[in-house]
Amino acid sequence: MDYTFQFGPLLNYLPQIVSGLWLTIGLSFVGIFGGIALGIFCAVMSTSSSPIPRLLVRLHVEVVRNTPLLVQIFVIFFGLPNIGIRLSPLTSVFIALVLNNGGYVAEIVRGGIEATHRSQVEAAESLGLSYFQTLRYVILPPALEKVFTPVVSQCVLLMLSTSLVSAIGVEDLTGAAMIASSETFRTMEIYLVVAMVYVVLNFVFRAVLNVAGLMIFTRSRRRLLGRA
Amino acid sequence: MRTFGSPEFLFIVYALRWTLTLTVLAFVGGGIMGIVLALLRIARIRAFSAITTFYMQVIQGLPLLVLLFLCYYAPSLFGIEIAALTAAAIALTINSSAFLGAIWESALRAIPKAQWESADALALTPYKTLRFVIAPQAIRLALPSTVGFLVQIIKQTSLASIIGFIEITRAGQLVSNATFEPLKAFLSVAALYFAVCFPLTQLSLWLERRTACRGART
Repeated sequence: MDYTFQFGPLLNYLPQIVSGLWLTIGLSFVGIFGGIALGIFCAVMSTSSSPIPRLLVRLHVEVVRNTPLLVQIFVIFFGLPNIGIRLSPLTSVFIALVLNNGGYVAEIVRGGIEATHRSQVEAAESLGLSYFQTLRYVILPPALEKVFTPVVSQCVLLMLSTSLVSAIGVEDLTGAAMIASSETFRTMEIYLVVAMVYVVLNFVFRAVLNVAGLMIFTRSRRRLLGRA
Repeated sequence: MRTFGSPEFLFIVYALRWTLTLTVLAFVGGGIMGIVLALLRIARIRAFSAITTFYMQVIQGLPLLVLLFLCYYAPSLFGIEIAALTAAAIALTINSSAFLGAIWESALRAIPKAQWESADALALTPYKTLRFVIAPQAIRLALPSTVGFLVQIIKQTSLASIIGFIEITRAGQLVSNATFEPLKAFLSVAALYFAVCFPLTQLSLWLERRTACRGART
């Protein structure tokens, strides 16, 4: 292999890469927290007794989980202007990421809710708790704690798939790398650097989310501290 | 200007064979590498587990798109031009090997240790233990997640459109450019993915329920 790696030319693109990195982090945060909020809402809706919200949630979850994120972004960004809804690239990817993550999280959280025993809900009812009180104090805390690990894995995967937004010209980390590589032709160097940044980001996100989980769920914190 | 009619729709449908080709290549390649990874990881040799842990952590922490670019551009360092299909197949193989390896490793580890010990007591060789005792049970455990990951691979093949490989997402883009009807084009693409993935998702759920029932019975 008579190829000399030259990382020098990349230094000029450092500002773009750094701003791309911030955009990737921002997109991931919106996708993760918007997705978790939407997911919990959908999961609660899917346990409701009337069939219409159940059907809508089912539809949303199945569509999101059985089509690629890239196609979802294309439908929202390129497709919706056909029916008069024109969104900026950034808005479209925000919507796509939240809807996408929401669908996956909803399915995970639903599993957690269904694992909560029916008698707990009945006990709450007999104590005279309202529907929202039951949800807030009886159903959701153990359900969310149970599904915390899969939700973190899903959110880290979402962070990685934010790279797809570069396909419609949003300059996140991958988008910045695409521009830098087409202007300097140091393709391998730039993608190797970006790859490393993503691997590091992956560990950082996992750590931050796990710490957040330990701060929120007192029971697993106590279990962890008790073991140590 | 062309309108979006059945020829355009059929163009997208025909591109489905390339999506499926890529899926099969990635699943077979990733499956073979995944088995090797899973076996290396349960072999209890420190060097193997260090190397495979590093490999799996890096690949699982890498966006498939970046991996795809690396696979597409790396051969040109050696002066070799490779086709988009080859690059996509290699990238998807590497990516799925890390995930399938993790799925199968956990299935192999889920088999109680007593099974290994009793096979050992019956003087079965390690290969025979794996082939006749461990694998039949592990496969049953791993099947639902494996089918679930197959759906993941089908969806991931859409990324090959970014390096210009004509599978159904790229076909949708071409049709959308020719007809100026992106909504119809991309909704057709989405519907095709759904038609392929939905039955597999249901199959995976059914397998999972069946495994759970079996577990409850024994």
